[in-house]
Parts: sequence; structure tokens; C-alpha cells
Amino acid sequence: MFVSYKWLQEYVDLTGITVKELADRITKSGIEVESVEILNKGAKGVVVGHVLEREQHPNADKLSKCLVDIGEGEPVQIICGAPNVAKGQKVAVAKVGAVLPGNFKIKRAKLRGEESNGMICSLQELGVESKLVPKEYADGIFVFPSDAPVGADALELLNLDDEVLELGLTPNRADCLSMIGVAYEVAAILGRDVKLPTIELHENDENVHDYISVRVEATEDNPLYAGRIVKNVKIGPSPLWMQTRLMAAGIRPHNNVVDITNYILLEYGQPLHAFDYDRLGSKEILVRRAKAGETIITLDDTERTLTEDHLVITNGTEPVALAGVMGGANSEVQNDTTTVFIESAYFTSATIRKASKDHGLRSEASTRFEKGIDPARTKEALDRAAALMVEYAGGEVVGGVVEVNTLKQEKVTVTITLDRINRVLGTNITKEEVATILTNLQFAFTEDNEIFTITVPSRRRDISIEEDIIEEVARLYGYDRLPATLPIAESKPGKLTSYQAKRRKVRRYLEDVGLFQAITYSLTSEAKATMFALETAKPIRLALPMSEERSVLRQSLLPHLLEVVSYNRARQVENVAVYETGAVYLTKDAHELPEEKERLAGAITGLWHANLWQGEKKAVDFYVVKGILDGLFHLLGLEQRIEYKQAKREHMHPGRTADILLDGNVIGFVGQLHPRVQKDYDVKETYVFELALTDLLNAEVEDIRYSLIPRFPSITRDIALVVDEQVIAGDIQQAIIEAGGELLKEVTIFDVYKGDRLPDGKKSIAFSLRYFDPERTLTDEEVTAVHEQVIKAVEKQFGATLRG
Amino acid sequence: MKERLQQLQQEALEKIIAASDLKALNDVRVAYLGKKGPITEVLRGMGKLSPEERPIMGALVNEVREAIQSALEEKQAKLEQEEVEKKLASEAIDVTLPGRPVKLGNHHPLTRVIEEIEDLFIGMGYTIAEGPEVEKDYYNFEALNLPKGHPARDMQDSFYITEEILLRTHTSPVQARTMEKHQGRGPVKIICPGKVYRRDNDDATHSHQFTQIEGLVVDENIRMSDLKGTLREFARKMFGEDRDIRFRPSFFPFTEPSVEVDVSCFNCGGHGCNVCKGTGWIEILGAGMVHPNVLEMAGFDSKKYTGFAFGMGPERIAMLKYGIDDIRHFYQNDIRFLQQFHRV
Repeated sequence: MFVSYKWLQEYVDLTGITVKELADRITKSGIEVESVEILNKGAKGVVVGHVLEREQHPNADKLSKCLVDIGEGEPVQIICGAPNVAKGQKVAVAKVGAVLPGNFKIKRAKLRGEESNGMICSLQELGVESKLVPKEYADGIFVFPSDAPVGADALELLNLDDEVLELGLTPNRADCLSMIGVAYEVAAILGRDVKLPTIELHENDENVHDYISVRVEATEDNPLYAGRIVKNVKIGPSPLWMQTRLMAAGIRPHNNVVDITNYILLEYGQPLHAFDYDRLGSKEILVRRAKAGETIITLDDTERTLTEDHLVITNGTEPVALAGVMGGANSEVQNDTTTVFIESAYFTSATIRKASKDHGLRSEASTRFEKGIDPARTKEALDRAAALMVEYAGGEVVGGVVEVNTLKQEKVTVTITLDRINRVLGTNITKEEVATILTNLQFAFTEDNEIFTITVPSRRRDISIEEDIIEEVARLYGYDRLPATLPIAESKPGKLTSYQAKRRKVRRYLEDVGLFQAITYSLTSEAKATMFALETAKPIRLALPMSEERSVLRQSLLPHLLEVVSYNRARQVENVAVYETGAVYLTKDAHELPEEKERLAGAITGLWHANLWQGEKKAVDFYVVKGILDGLFHLLGLEQRIEYKQAKREHMHPGRTADILLDGNVIGFVGQLHPRVQKDYDVKETYVFELALTDLLNAEVEDIRYSLIPRFPSITRDIALVVDEQVIAGDIQQAIIEAGGELLKEVTIFDVYKGDRLPDGKKSIAFSLRYFDPERTLTDEEVTAVHEQVIKAVEKQFGATLRG
Repeated sequence: MKERLQQLQQEALEKIIAASDLKALNDVRVAYLGKKGPITEVLRGMGKLSPEERPIMGALVNEVREAIQSALEEKQAKLEQEEVEKKLASEAIDVTLPGRPVKLGNHHPLTRVIEEIEDLFIGMGYTIAEGPEVEKDYYNFEALNLPKGHPARDMQDSFYITEEILLRTHTSPVQARTMEKHQGRGPVKIICPGKVYRRDNDDATHSHQFTQIEGLVVDENIRMSDLKGTLREFARKMFGEDRDIRFRPSFFPFTEPSVEVDVSCFNCGGHGCNVCKGTGWIEILGAGMVHPNVLEMAGFDSKKYTGFAFGMGPERIAMLKYGIDDIRHFYQNDIRFLQQFHRV
């Protein structure tokens, strides 16, 4: 809402309050003033000039040579390029030395050999937006009414010295979509009175019912419909002051009748519509829902097809207006209109919102109906419009009002105690202070023993409960006067849940071993949604996606992590190590919420370690990533319960991928991307993992119990076993552990060899076995006995031979 | 004999001085103090002396021997010291060469901000509540006083999956769910961080996915002044001890009264700069007293209980705090961006 500072003063005395101060106080009290703009944008030195002579420029077809009286002695010669400049006009002249918006300085000049002492201006040149300039002046200079005094300040006459406050209204404050509404707000803030317009309406002896009748079928959408007939109007321009106020508010002037309806819309917040009575084609108005497929050509010359959701004003048979949104072209007021039917109605918001949305039409009227207008002003606005049409369009008001009123006017009263106000706010506001605030708001109230009973005026539809009154008191009392306290309550310590604490530790661990945390989008494409997923389900698709790329909820974090690797590689970052924790979404039934499970995924590529001058350079491989995960399981106390099993997974390298099992259940995988996928993503050798974080963190782990620190020496024996290439280390290790029994405490692999010194198809794996007993020193013989068993076991199970 | 001893001492001391390494020094020791050395020889010849001369000469011999001995020891220590120094000198390295790198990653800047806020409120007795990102219309809107048909819940603004299920547009449904779990009994004191989604085109200031942190306190006798005190405490811990806050009246469907909360600019201290656009204040939070409809729908008696709620955007805070110019950075995960947030 744009509020003219000059216009506002018609309703509230602003003496002693500057625009800036006003803006600050409005903002502080609850409505944000988004900007304050001076309309002339810095222009000065523009006066009213009288074009005494106009002749063709001798050397230029499109220029005129004018002699203009600017009220300073001798008339001056000005060259003008506007097509509509003519002798006898009163025009806006930027004198030599004047400044126009954009700091454009007017100098004496010669144009095609002719002297020009100033410039005759269009409204655009004075800072008015093109879309607001009346159509007749859109392509030329502006022409003042003939009574404009020569030499007077043109900017002042055009009210361009005015300043406009732009209010950013929250949806609850639709009451401020009118000058009177803003006046009430400002009056409440300043503690001053509101002066409402006085309406002097003279009706003739005729009866409006002889002209027109009204029926409303859709009373739910249209609880109040009122209208008047004004005859003998003469269509012409509206007074300059009205035009300038409309422009300041962002509405383009048209003609006196239309301007008056718009002026009332701005003043009262009540949208009006003026029909050409003679073009209605009947003597009746019927308000009803449109029939499916019915059409109307609206004022913007667009044919619109309607549905049963839309409300229309009809002449009994065909639509003449799309109610509350836009009038019909068939009944539009034109230059030859003499009799006007003014409609002032209350349409409910839902139907207007639907129509406005369906037709992509948001008008000043529809905006107000959507947000809710005050029906108590509907008839007053109608009377005021009729009175102005008498005054500025020479009309005559036919006696009486046609009206259908099914409105249930319920008075809203709120009862609240002073104690409640203070208890909710934490203040010590007195009852006198509350009374002053309510008085300033012009809310009728009674107070008895600190109990306030308030009758809420119909213009404030946002107020209906105690809390609304508390807010009114608080904002006008001033939030800066609110004390700062802390809740008085038993103080319980806050704490992360065990899950949250573990998740934080997991993240910290991964970062400390060299991975960066990434956060990627949950929405992905259908193709990527199920890629790599540990568990797949039917993809969850958005009803109205914005793009195919963001249309389905992910079931794995990896596709987007790989995009991160790819994104970085495209920017010459070749070594990337990232991880992410986040939800995947698995649905069972489309009508239930999906299950959200947290996953932990990582992607690592490039060099893992490099210390070049010492000759160290290590590219990421499977075992780097496995080592990181081993550390993670160790951190969570799960290392004994984890198993890696060679696995084949789609999109993964068939020979370099392992499933990870916790207590025998697959909870994730690790491995190298399939080279085909690496190519698709345009990344080099990349290793990835994804784990079911929820399961990992929820796995029950025993509390830490101290165990004896060994006091007795241990004995270490190494063995190198030659086995078939297909035999895997994990199986041998498992067999050793089983055969080693109680005394064998640790088995470490310290060498793997394949090559010339062994027969084809064979490899050697060297294990280091550490034996000890916490209770005593072991003898060589005991260890040898156990060790022999171990060797026998592996020889038997794997055909292993000791390497000499 | 006496002259001979003095001469030997003289000779030995000169040779000790001349000895340039431990071996030469040892040669001197053997030559003068050895069993076959001249001093032993002198001792042997003492039998020829008179009983009166013998003790005198004996003392003299010891004196000479000790003098040589001590000179030897001194020189030995010196030479050993030199040897050690020489060895250490040969072991010198170039300390300016780079160290063996330790690989370190770090938190995403949003996690950094979120954890800082979480910890701050945990310190004030809050717990962290989490909830689903795919949410029922009821919890996302209806339970928050946004009934069906309310303009703020347009299909155009939210990612709906079915008519009743959507991606949550704020973390407020976690508040509704938590209150419901409390079955009408306070206190409730939670912080809800999480991802939220809105139907926005991604650009420098909009993201269809972003994060939010909201807080909720419901109990008997919770006052709006408690909200002010709590948020002031938060602002000071988060942005510096001399920060102040101010409330500006606003409107949210789920709170009444509602306010926007500004923090005095942490860049200029409130004098006005380009961070605060010259106002001295930065809008950080939306807040208010929980709307009685919201309390009632979650099973709380709004005559007995009151509460406050507040919400903020970690992206906005991170952008202000670290001077980040484009919200898309958070979701592109450029390593060169991420690694800037490594410091503790």
C-alpha cells in the first residue's frame, strides 16, 4: 500500500511529525514502512508555462518552436519535440537552471540552429512512471487545466512534492489497505483524532427501483450488494488533485467516473464498479455463480472462460462483470456514457481468490476482497462515490439504493483482565495505560475492576481473542519497554540424546581423518533416486515438481555426493574426500508418511596422502576407505561384530566391492565405483561407501568395563602360509583365531606375496600371532603346542603349506 | 730427579694440549702414566733415595701424576664434547621443509552454525527434538493455525506429494508433534533444527532446500519478557556480549503476539554499515507467544499454559557471520568453499 503523506493529512493532523518520524513510528508499532520516496525524485525549477505561439521548427520536421510565458517578464523561446504541444496550452516548463530526475540539469541550448531556453516536460520526465501517466499524455507533454496560474510551481501543482510511504502489510492488516484504515492506525500511534470525509448527498425525486432491481443467488459469496444510479454524467478528466493522488498510489487516471471509483477504493478500501447503465442491456442485476463454459470479455479485452467456481454479475442473462475482479467490456463506461450504475458490494475472499488465481488477474479490487474488506463501509463508500460524481462529473443521483443484504453482522467483543495482559507480557502496565491505548485505537470498551470488555470495530477483522488485544496493547505500549527476563521454572539440564551425541562423534571422526562434510539436496531425478540404494522402495514423486532433476526423494546419498566429486573435478579440485549424513525416504504406502532412515555415505578420490619431497605419494584405494570405516566401527565399539563380504552391486566395481555386515545383517557397502559410472559422472577412480547410520547408532553396545592390563610377557610367532590364490585372507584369519583358542590374543597380517618365487596360482600370506595369558607367564612348550594346532588347522582347511 | 719429574710434567702437558683427538690423547696417557711410562720408572728409582727424601719425592711424583691426570681428563671431556657436537652438526636438518601432512576435513558451515546454536540452548536447559521431513499437512499447517484454504499454504509454495503429505515447509511441525507427545503437561523446552523445503527457484538468495532452527518453551507462566530475555541471551552468546536485540511487531499465524527480532549489528556495533544496510540492526529471528489455537490443538489448556516460540535460518546467519554472498554455495560443496570453515 502506497500512502501519500499529503493526502493522509486530510484524515489525521500530522503537525510536527516529519515523514521520516512518521515512517519510524509506524514501523515500530507493527507495520513495516518499506520505503519513503519523494515523488519528484529531486526535480526542481519547473513552473507552469503558457504556450503563446507554436510554429514548425524551420530545420526539423518533428520539432516545434514555441514562445512560452513562464511568468518572468519576456516570454521565452523553447524548442519542443512532443507531438501534442499546441498554442494556448498550460504546460510544465523546466526553466534554464532547473534539475530533472536523474540529476539532469537544464541549460540554454541551440537545437538545429534555434535557441531553446528550457524544456517543456512530460510527466515521465518529471519522475512519474510511464504506466501511471494518463493515456492521452502517454506519448507527449502533460497539459494542465486552463486555470493553472502561469509561473506557479508545477511540481507542487502536480503534487510531486509529496512523499509516499510504502507499507509492507502482513496478511492480518488488510484494514490498512485504505487511507482511512491507515489514518486510524496513525491516529492510534500518535494519540490524535481521525477526521472522516463528510458526505453531502442530494438525491433527486426519482426512485432507483424504477431503473434497476437486484437479485443475489449466491448469498454466501456475496452477502451484501448495493447500488445507485447517477444520471446525466459528463465523462471528462477528473480534477488534477484526484489524478495526482491516484498516481501517487500507483493507479493510472482514466476519466472522472472511473477515477472516482478508484479514489473511493483507496480512501475506504471498498472496491466499486461503475457500469454504463444504458449498456447493461436490461434493468436488472443478478449475482450468481457462472455456468461451466460461460464466457465473458473483460475490460482488458480478453475473453475468459468461466467455471462454476467463479462469481459473476449478470444482467439477468449474461455476465457483465467477473465479480470483484474485473468488469466486462460490454458494460464499460465510455466517453458517451450518461447514466452510471455504481456497484458497491461485499464479496467473500475464497471465491475472489479462486477467480483471481484461475484467470491470473490480480487487481486492486481483487486484492482487497481476497484479504477481506469491512462491510460496514460498503454503503458509505457508495454514497461518497455518488456525491463525488455529482461534484466532478456533473451527475444527478437517483433517489434510493438498491440493495440485497443477507449479512450477519456479529459484534465481536473481547473480555480481558489487566492481570492477564501483564502476565502474558511480563509487564506492569497500569489500567490507565491500557485504557489510553484502547481509546487511541478507537475501540469501544468498558472497564470494571480491571476487567476490560472491548467491542472490536468491524474494520479490525484481525482481532477476536484475548491474545489479539494483548498484541495491540504490547505494540502500542512499545516492545522496547518490555523487560528482558528468563523463564521461572525448575531448571533441568539440557542434553543430547545418545543417538545425537554419537552422530556428532561420527561426523567429527570422519572430519578428523580427512573428510569434508557435504550437504546435498534431498530431491533428485527418478533415475538417481534408487541408484546405490541399500533398500529400495517405490520412488516418492512430488505432485508438482519444478524440474525433473528435483522431482523424486532420494533413497541413497551417493548420487549427489558423486555430483560433488564431479563438480569439484570440473574446477580442478582432483583430490576430494567428502561425506554426508542425511535421510533417505522409503515409502510403503503412498498415503502414509514414508520411513525416513539416516544414512552415512562418503566418496573419496585422488591422492589420499602426499608428501612429495620425501617421496611419499599414496592414491586412495579400497584399503584406505576400509581403514577409515574400521576406525569408525572401533569408535562405535562394533569392531568385533562387523564383517566384510565380497559383493556384487549394481554401479560398483565387481571385484572391488564389499558388503558390510553387522551381526550378520547387511548394513552397508564399500568399494570402487564401476568404471562405467566413473565415466558417466566424469570422475577418476573413486571409492565410495554408504552405511545405515540409524542401525549403526542404535546398535546396543555394552558399557565399558575395565579389564586387567597384562602383567606377564606375551610370545609372538610368525607364520607365512602358501595357499591357492582364491583363498581369502579373512577366512584364514578366522580359522587361525578359532584354532588358537584362549591363549591366542592377536593375529596380524604383515605380508602378502604373489610372484616369481612362488608357483603360479599361489600366494603367500604372513601372519603374526601373539599369545599370552593374563594370569601367568607362558612357557615355550605351551605356545608351541597351540601354534602347532593352528598350523594343522590351516593346512587342513586351506591346503596351506608353510613357506620356507 | 726432581728436575726430571718437572720436565716430564712439562712434556706431558704440552703433548696433551697438542692431542687433537681421543686416540692421540690416549697415546699420551699410555706414554706417561702407563706401567712402562717414565713416571713409573721414576717411582721405581725411588728405592735409591734416602728415607728423608723418599716421602718428599713420593709426594712430588703424585703431584705430577695428578696434574697430568687432571689435564688428560679435562682434555678428554673437551674432545668428547667436540666429537658429540660434530656428530650433531652432521645430523642437522632443514626445518623449513614441509611437515608430513595430516589430513583434516571439517564441518559444513551450516552444521557449524547449527551445532553452535544447539549447544547454546542445551546450556540453557533445552533438548533437541527432531522430526520427519516428509510431513502430514496436519502437522505442517493445520496444527499451527493454518487451516485449509489459508492463503499462506498455497500449493504453489510447497512441495506436495499427495493432498495430505508434503515436504515440511518449516520445522514447526516438530513443535506440534512434541507438544502432542506431552499430552497437555508442561514444561516443553526444545530446539528443533532441520531441513525444510519450499517451492522456490534456486538463486543467490533462494534455495528450494534450506535449514531452520526453531525453539519452543511451553509452561505455566511463560511471559513474553522471557522470550526477550532468552533471545537476548542467545544473541549475546552467538554474536558477542555487547549485542542488544529489539522486537518489531509482526504477524505469523502460529503466534500472537508475533514479532521480528533484530540483533544490533555485529559488524559495526550498531552505528550503521553495509552489513546492516545502515540501520544498525540485522533481522535474525521471527518469534512470538504460541497462539492459543496451537496450544489447544496440541492438547494444552491455553488458560493455564502459555509459551513462546522462535525460529531462524542458519543459512542467513552463516551468510551474515562469514560474509557469504550466495546461498547456493552451501549446496554445491566446492571443497575450496568447505575448507574455509576449518578453524575451531
